[in-house]
Amino acid sequence: MAAPVETDPNAVPEYPQPRDGRCPFAPAPGVRDLQSRAPLTRVRLWDGSTPWLVTRYEDYRALLADPRLSADATKDGYPSPSAGLKARRSTNPTFISMDDPEHARLRRMVTAPFAIKRVEALRPRVQRIVDDLVDDLLAGPKPVDLVEAFALPTPSLVICELLGVPYTDHDFFQQNSRVLVKRDATAEESMAAQARLIEYIDDLIARKTTEPADDLLSSLAARVNDGELTRARAASMGMLLLVAGHETTANMIALGTLALLENPAQLALLRDSEDPKFVAGAVEELLRYLTITHMGRRRVALEDIEHGGQTIRAGEGVVLAGEAGNWDPEVFDAPDRLDLTRDARRHVAFGFGVHQCLGQPLARVELQVAYPTLLRRVPGLRLATSVDEVPFKHDGQVYGVYELPVTW
Amino acid sequence: MKVIVDKDACVGSGQCVLAAEDVFDQDDDGIAVLLQENPSEERAEDVRQAAAVCPALAIRIEG
Ligand code: SF4
Repeated sequence: MAAPVETDPNAVPEYPQPRDGRCPFAPAPGVRDLQSRAPLTRVRLWDGSTPWLVTRYEDYRALLADPRLSADATKDGYPSPSAGLKARRSTNPTFISMDDPEHARLRRMVTAPFAIKRVEALRPRVQRIVDDLVDDLLAGPKPVDLVEAFALPTPSLVICELLGVPYTDHDFFQQNSRVLVKRDATAEESMAAQARLIEYIDDLIARKTTEPADDLLSSLAARVNDGELTRARAASMGMLLLVAGHETTANMIALGTLALLENPAQLALLRDSEDPKFVAGAVEELLRYLTITHMGRRRVALEDIEHGGQTIRAGEGVVLAGEAGNWDPEVFDAPDRLDLTRDARRHVAFGFGVHQCLGQPLARVELQVAYPTLLRRVPGLRLATSVDEVPFKHDGQVYGVYELPVTW
Repeated sequence: MKVIVDKDACVGSGQCVLAAEDVFDQDDDGIAVLLQENPSEERAEDVRQAAAVCPALAIRIEG
């Protein structure tokens, strides 16, 4: 059930807010309402703090590109979206919560495998993984949970190969990753899950120090050997890539499939297109429309910043809501319409600024392969329940569905 | 049209390559490489798109 919507215009509304169950793909109505009011508004987080919220597209891009806003989660005033994240960020920072130049130095150590040509070379392998999963799906019982059978294993298999993590351990790391992205996980639960994952990755890195393979963890192990990187940093980085590499794309595959099933005309366009450019564009629109990272990007001001007729004071937190930016009617005409033919490439589903998602080329290829393959090979695909029965991740750090029962 | 890429600013997102692969490439570390400093008028729109989506504001266009 949705929480009651704040009605007193002077009260500080909460953030994040659950999306509306009747319109599960749209950003929370309260957040869209704030977008129509002012460029910067105050919101209240779980811990009672009241950072600024940015909901408009242009402000989102301008502020995330502004070096006066820091991503350093250990700084006073940094807005934390949950107790779990607050606890974890300050103990095991990765480059996503650092500023340049350290951020750039560490990030550049892992950009190579995500370069466009390297990712394109993986496309046939991604296609094979997806085809095998669809084979199993068609051979198995129905109805089936599409998350478990397809949406989660696709990116998990891909990121495991890329990192050099044995997929046979997937129960272990998927369970622990799930705790990390759950908003209501306590600080203790979150810390414990993180510790288990880091220990696991650290073990793998140790092995790859002596027996390197052609994978990303081996290249991190080599940097540890060269003294460029500490073991602890390497393990946190490996963990970040493992968690980020499957949670987000898995949610996009499942939620995107549901959005297509609910929009049959758009589904038919994607299913029947032979044009890779169209498919690529359709994926950009799905990314815009769904914006699954729906708890905002978070920053803290290093100095006073004049913006949108307000002053963000040094030490104040700023939360930037990409899901609202991607539905800004000033930028995307009729944003509530899923229109696979529109040019949505400017969307900010991967964030903006120097911290923009590192794995986006890989995510794109996975989505470009997963949706059309699934729709073409399972032409009768349909929801095996009603949409109001689908359990949406209103409480997650990443939006999506816990389960998607489908049949054909 | 003249294109300038600030390699120090680049974060290797690959967005420029997706927008105009004949104008931009990436080196072994994923950092942007400019293939054409003066792309033709026909490429102008895609190059502008590349500059617009570059998350690090590393692409500048003159003229
Ligand atoms: S779009 Fe910008 S940040 Fe990304 S690779 Fe190109 S120049 Fe670098």
